[in-house]
Amino acid sequence: MATRLEDPRVVEFDVRTDEMLVNMGPQHPSTHGVLRLVLRTDGEVVSEVQPHIGYLHRCAEKIGENLTPRQWIPYTDRMDYLAGMNMNLGWSLTVEKLLRYELPEKARHLRVIICELGRIASHLVGMGAYGLDLGTFSPFLYAFREREKILDLFEEACGARLTYSYICPGGATADLPKGWLQKCEKFLDEFAPVIDEYHALLTTNAIFIKRTAGIGILPAEMAIDYGCSGPVLRGSGVDFDLRRDGEPRYTSMYDGYAFEVVVQKDGHYPRDHKYPPVPKEAVLGDCWHRFYVRMLEVVQSMDLVRQGIEFYSRSKGDWGTPIKLNQKLPKGEAYLETEAPRGQMGFYIVSDGSSIPWRVRARSSSFCNLSVVSELCRGCLIADVPAIVGSLDIVMGEIDR
Amino acid sequence: MSGPILLDRLKAQFGDKITGANLEAIDPWIEVAPEGLVEVCQYLKTQDDLQFNFLNCITAVDYFEPDPKKAAKVEWKPHIELVYHLSSTVKKHTLVLKVILPRWKDDVPGQLPEVPSVTSVWKTANWHEREVYDLSGVRFIGHPDLRRILCPEDWVGHPLRKDYEMPLEYHGIRGR
Repeated sequence: MATRLEDPRVVEFDVRTDEMLVNMGPQHPSTHGVLRLVLRTDGEVVSEVQPHIGYLHRCAEKIGENLTPRQWIPYTDRMDYLAGMNMNLGWSLTVEKLLRYELPEKARHLRVIICELGRIASHLVGMGAYGLDLGTFSPFLYAFREREKILDLFEEACGARLTYSYICPGGATADLPKGWLQKCEKFLDEFAPVIDEYHALLTTNAIFIKRTAGIGILPAEMAIDYGCSGPVLRGSGVDFDLRRDGEPRYTSMYDGYAFEVVVQKDGHYPRDHKYPPVPKEAVLGDCWHRFYVRMLEVVQSMDLVRQGIEFYSRSKGDWGTPIKLNQKLPKGEAYLETEAPRGQMGFYIVSDGSSIPWRVRARSSSFCNLSVVSELCRGCLIADVPAIVGSLDIVMGEIDR
Repeated sequence: MSGPILLDRLKAQFGDKITGANLEAIDPWIEVAPEGLVEVCQYLKTQDDLQFNFLNCITAVDYFEPDPKKAAKVEWKPHIELVYHLSSTVKKHTLVLKVILPRWKDDVPGQLPEVPSVTSVWKTANWHEREVYDLSGVRFIGHPDLRRILCPEDWVGHPLRKDYEMPLEYHGIRGR
């Protein structure tokens, strides 16, 4: 149970001491990069949290006003650097929307395979780092062991391990190499049993449940009001996933794919019989549920990758032709959001008819997810602050852009 | 709900506070006068068949051409456009609102243009408006805590303005 200021069972909290301002960060290991939180504390209880961001601001939007869309792709990699592929996708789809470009069938399936693998890699880091936040080191190593294999696959496809610039407006920079699909299937076969290890290490771990269940409860209305998205929104029980509910230009990418949005409906997660049950201490919208949604999404993504491999090997045509580096853009503007691992990543492009956009904007999911932190941390214990911040799974590169 | 019907409905409800629209654009948009913005947003959020409960993004676009040669060719007058991207998690539809502002209030350079804040409608607007204020220089009236968010507090100027000049130095760090 979360310990609140007014909790009468804990006598200690009735003792008011002098208020103290505690600076957490910007170089704190559990703030996932350079986030600074100023905590106003009364003993062990936090009465107010003030996030300070901007330490990683690299003027990405300003730079985008001076480069052509294809030249800007490497900058999108550096936004959510744990899911570079998904960032490439968001920007590419936005530019394609402005160009009214129709993608070849094969490129569509290639993107699904790559992006869902990216989601798995990103959630693995999220999971491992969350374990670190709560003081357990092993899940981190277990997670990185498997992520390494995904990075190897990415390296083979595009040559890079972190900043891929692989997906670009018009398709991708290259086709998947020969034998890649078999390697990918082999990885999925090896990966499937490992997930049970993760559940044993964290999801069903008694200490983990104590640290996360009932902590940082985010009600659905508040999540929507604060613009939270992705696993943070679905962890609060809101049935919304852009892969199903987004605009046709994005959802058509998943045409023919069978998947169920991971969200608790009527007290049940989809396919929850196969996975550890929800502990009775957990309340919808708490840190545990946000974590659990990510874990189930890993399985969902594995399933989508398998379907993608099936579709890809059957589809004809090519992987698309990247647009020219100095492709003239039609006058107009386009906004598109995609379901990145951390939530809804939106890109906005305004063009005046030249090859360089007039204005570029990135709507970051972590930015909105983080803005709710001061509400979540009000009245919690200092030790719960890393648990709450970690459960939002933020990446500062995306927040500060 | 289709664009024309929604536009007619908003026009009937708010009259001349709806100042224009472009329904042929890739993302159709409706233009709202600054003084009617909060009312319109509140209406869009609370109507049962609209339920725009999710504010995706607020963007400021600066229409200004610093190069006088190019400026003679452009067809717009210098202005700032605020773009509000809304969507609904219930009805699963989207909408774009635009507000046109002068680049400077009363055309006095340095005086930031003003627009009412929509933080009372969507709480997420708080950080988005702080970002727009910080990077594009728009003052949001009624915002609870209008401070810079990405740049340091003592930063001078608003970097996403087209006439922004990079400072020569900042606390002893060379800028150019």
